[in-house]
Amino acid sequence: MFTPLAFASILPEILILIVGMLILIIEPFWKEEKRRNVGWLAAGGLFAAMIVSLIVGRPGEPLPTFGGMIRFDWLGFFLKMLFMFAAAATALLMMDHERLAARGEAYLLLLASLIGMNLMAASADLIMLFLAIETASIPLYVLAGFMLGDNRSTEAGFKYFLFGILATTIMLYGFSLVFGFSGTTDIYRLAEMFKVGEIAPLTALGVLALIFVGIGFKVTFTPFHFWAPDVYEGSPTPVAGFLSTASKAAGYAVLLRLFFVAFPGSNLSAAWMTALVIFAAASMLVGNLLALPQMNIKRLLAYSSIAHTGYTLIGVAAFTQFGAASVVFYLAAYILTNLLAFGVAMAFSKVTGLEDLRDYAGMSRRSPWLGLMMLTAFLSLAGIPPFGGFIAKVIVFAAGIQAGYVWLVVFAVVMSVVGAYYYLNALKFVYLYRMPNQDEENHPIPLSRPYAIALIALTIGVILIGTVFAPWFQWSNAGALNLF
Amino acid sequence: MNFPVLSVITFTPLVAALILLMIPADRKNETRAVAAASAAFTLVLSLWVYFTYDQMLGGYQLVERYDWLPALGISLSLGVDGISAPLVLLTGVVMFTGVLISWGDDRPHVMAGIQDRPREFFAFLFVLAWGVFGVFVSLDLFMLFFFYEIAVFPMYLLIVIWGWNVTREYAAMKLTLYLLLGSVIALVGALAMLIVQYQNTGVLTFDMLAMESAGFSQQFQVIWFLPVFLGFAILGGLWPFHNWSPDGHVAAPTAVSMFHAGVLMKLGAFAALRVGIMLLPEGAKHWSWLIMLFAGVAVVYGAYIAFVQTDFKYMVGFSSVSHMGLVMLGFSTLNRDGLLGSGMQMFSHGAMTALFFAVVGMIYDRAHTRQIPELGGMSKIMPFAAVGFIIGGLVSMGMPLFSGFVAEFPIFMGVWQVNWLVAVICSISIIITAAYIMRIVRQVFFGDVPERFEGHLTDITILDKTALVTLCFFMVIIGLYPKFMAPIVQTGVDNILRLLGGS
Repeated sequence: MFTPLAFASILPEILILIVGMLILIIEPFWKEEKRRNVGWLAAGGLFAAMIVSLIVGRPGEPLPTFGGMIRFDWLGFFLKMLFMFAAAATALLMMDHERLAARGEAYLLLLASLIGMNLMAASADLIMLFLAIETASIPLYVLAGFMLGDNRSTEAGFKYFLFGILATTIMLYGFSLVFGFSGTTDIYRLAEMFKVGEIAPLTALGVLALIFVGIGFKVTFTPFHFWAPDVYEGSPTPVAGFLSTASKAAGYAVLLRLFFVAFPGSNLSAAWMTALVIFAAASMLVGNLLALPQMNIKRLLAYSSIAHTGYTLIGVAAFTQFGAASVVFYLAAYILTNLLAFGVAMAFSKVTGLEDLRDYAGMSRRSPWLGLMMLTAFLSLAGIPPFGGFIAKVIVFAAGIQAGYVWLVVFAVVMSVVGAYYYLNALKFVYLYRMPNQDEENHPIPLSRPYAIALIALTIGVILIGTVFAPWFQWSNAGALNLF
Repeated sequence: MNFPVLSVITFTPLVAALILLMIPADRKNETRAVAAASAAFTLVLSLWVYFTYDQMLGGYQLVERYDWLPALGISLSLGVDGISAPLVLLTGVVMFTGVLISWGDDRPHVMAGIQDRPREFFAFLFVLAWGVFGVFVSLDLFMLFFFYEIAVFPMYLLIVIWGWNVTREYAAMKLTLYLLLGSVIALVGALAMLIVQYQNTGVLTFDMLAMESAGFSQQFQVIWFLPVFLGFAILGGLWPFHNWSPDGHVAAPTAVSMFHAGVLMKLGAFAALRVGIMLLPEGAKHWSWLIMLFAGVAVVYGAYIAFVQTDFKYMVGFSSVSHMGLVMLGFSTLNRDGLLGSGMQMFSHGAMTALFFAVVGMIYDRAHTRQIPELGGMSKIMPFAAVGFIIGGLVSMGMPLFSGFVAEFPIFMGVWQVNWLVAVICSISIIITAAYIMRIVRQVFFGDVPERFEGHLTDITILDKTALVTLCFFMVIIGLYPKFMAPIVQTGVDNILRLLGGS
């Protein structure tokens, strides 16, 4: 069973586990004040794991391993690398969070969740998939409520937990029905076993709807988005950043694999494509409109991330190889951009303790570089070149038009102009308004070293995706090819 | 391979912007010197591009091509034709003069130009210039959009941070949303073109030269021409989508107004021509009457609204709408004379309006008012600016011996061939223009200096004078010697006529 290829297929997870165990062993020996250095260990370990995986663990032809539980292919691999990058950046961002920094278990929970996400991207079996989702979610419930004694954080953790288990249970019910109808849990055999002809179409759609609930919760498309703003607002900022990027992208990995591979039957796909189109339009509308009045930066980013889910869904609904590639590409650009935005929010609130946009007044004078990073993040979210968000949007829209959804794309571009309004509005606080006494030079915002490293890496990443897009697109495309 | 002058000219502003950001914030004069040096370098390059363009050969020249994303047919392909070569020159000129004028005068009693955070100002301005050069030289539709969006967003920051503090927030947001909406709608059209051309030819490419022969069906062109053309024409200030433009001009700081009216509006017109008319010629023929209607209204209505303004800068802003209407009017004729005039008018108006805004800025920085009735006798204080403004005014009126005549006369000839009535109605605008220009000259520059200005208004600096001379030079030389530009534009027009079916 443990052939070298099987080993390679879970190499990143093995390495992450090793890093986690190292943390467990080393952390108790460090004094309280040094304990924050666990973050260096986590980030450095993840970075090393990425390098090792990139060198020796690259997939070739798609290959089922572990008796068909895991699929070793480019789609999973590319997403795993993205998740690990996101987790490394999050670990760095946690290092100066006053409640998380010196708690080794926070980093451990992050790594545990990361393992679950990696497996979500690679599972080829419903049971494996469910286990992976749970592995990814449960540590996040804890992390969201990590700040004991902080009411908002406790509320966030509890809310996330309740919504999460409800959605997952419904999805599990859907999985069990799928197994009941088809007799298999292998995603790659479902396509032939789960025939609509033999099952009443309505029943089949109902089963799919149950699964949709679970995925919709993960990727926060409307109408399953309600938890997101409250949870993001209450959780520690680095965790919120991780929730809104890697966790969401992992949901997309499941969505792509399940719906492109498992249920492509002609009748069914038409129905779920319609559903996705509706969800996409609703997410864009709700996300963008509700983001307009937000003054808390985390709530703003929460609603904006719902809107971005809508744009991404266009690529899924296109149901073409190009569409799948565009989704993966969009996720890459989105993960980096949104992490950067949350990172800037974290760096700002670490010094000031504030999260309200009005308190960002004069920020570019207090720290020109942090201001430029926020500019990068927000313009990229608004879809403006030379940042990653632009090319990602163009590719998704192109996929939508190719699939014939011209009206949906027109709606999306109009909504992205609405989005530009609140992103630019936020920048107005940063660049135009001043602090009450106009004495910004006395209130600098120093960046600690882990923040500087994380934010600079993310900024460079956002600009690289937006300018040198060929390699990223080729990897996304290679991943998309594995679905067909 | 020859020296890749187009990519150098496109990326010089970006590199300059990055260098500027490295300079410590308090070294203001060093910042300005670096900015001026890079702008001068760009001006030299743009002159080089202009004079190396071989007008006997025509077509696309100085072409460079680098594959960027082959899987989607995106390449960084650059080249200039007879329409864009003058516009590259214009951008170089406006960028150079804009930097000179923003240098300002930091003596405490004057405080003209940009004194707050010049480093960020020039960096954003150069990012804008990067986008503008990119659009003018792109031969790839994707890259055209890429640069187009880059040219739009710095406007927001430039206006909102350094603009006129009364209307800047409103005007900047309005401008940005208008322009973004226009460009994304045009983008949908461009993506539709990409997909259809892929279906027709089996080749996935954004290359505009390939798209010219993609064989879009008549019906497709008729449907998509309007979104694409109007999407871009929003930036060209076409009525009824011009509303952002006077507000934006007025709220912007001087150099940005110059850039904005001088170059950015050309960007819209150019992209509308390049993507709308040249790639969808059948659609253009089908809808030319509508464009002519909109442009005709813009010409007359813009001039009239300019006439009734009492704010100096609003007047110039609306005169831009009127003059850009002439450009669009020339496009709508789809014939040789009209297009030739439009090509010339784009350059002529760019230089003229940049000069107008420069003079307005000089006066406002010193007098702190732009109300025409409150001003007077400026020729006694800043004679140089007065002469400059009068030359610009003569261009604006379309007087012979100045570039305005060389540009506007062919447009009206072209319109006459299509519909003589429109030509007659639109020519009213020339009279109105003459009226408001002469009124301004009399009230602002002649007469007595109001008492409250006596003694403490200073003359403009030597840098301001250099900028004005540079702008006037081009307007006069084209007027005296039209062969300086007309034959080059003519080669570009020939190319458009070929696409339109050799009419």
